[in-house]
Amino acid sequence: MGKSSITTTIRTLRFHHDEMTQQQLADKVGVSRQTIVAIEKGKYSPSLELAFRIAHVFDTPLNEVFTYQPET
Amino acid sequence: MKEGMTYQEKRAIVSIITSILIFAGYSFYVFQLNQEESFSRINELSFWGAFILILIPVSIVARIIVYILFSIIYHVATREQLPSKSDERDKLIELKASRRSHIVFGIAFLLAMVTQVMDMPPYAMFVVMVVGGLLSEIVDHVSQFYFYRRGF
Repeated sequence: MGKSSITTTIRTLRFHHDEMTQQQLADKVGVSRQTIVAIEKGKYSPSLELAFRIAHVFDTPLNEVFTYQPET
Repeated sequence: MKEGMTYQEKRAIVSIITSILIFAGYSFYVFQLNQEESFSRINELSFWGAFILILIPVSIVARIIVYILFSIIYHVATREQLPSKSDERDKLIELKASRRSHIVFGIAFLLAMVTQVMDMPPYAMFVVMVVGGLLSEIVDHVSQFYFYRRGF
């Protein structure tokens, strides 16, 4: 699996939340920092539960954190 | 910018090296230190039974010691917090890697049976199975390294 067709705004959302670090976000949602890195780079699509947990941390609707772009 | 290797990637490399060293060291011990006895008993099923039964606990203990040492050295060298538990991505990677590993061992098992169909001596079957076990372990760790390096 290379780059997925799901894009994310986690990097921007972290910036707007007092420059939250990847480690801080990882601790809040219960995954490793490497998993957050992989999600931000679009290399890993998180489970629905993890996606909701990330959206919950930023108090943002899920569709503003993750966007699906169908391949043309 | 290319990132350095993560804890999981380094752990996979350590696992590959550990698997090879444990297997090579143990085989060397059995076949060289007891050379005459080992080679006279090479076709006895009890010899191979003992070889595999002793290899398993030796491998587990050696692996635990290596992982503890690796974790301590990694923490001291990087000051990085080690992952306390595996998350969903770790579990998926473990599953994908172990599937590949099982395929390799399955093929080795079939090859081991082929040696008996072809009337080869019993040791051929055990050699194929033991080597297949090592290869499947290496494939497991190499796959883990590959998936962690790629992201998933």
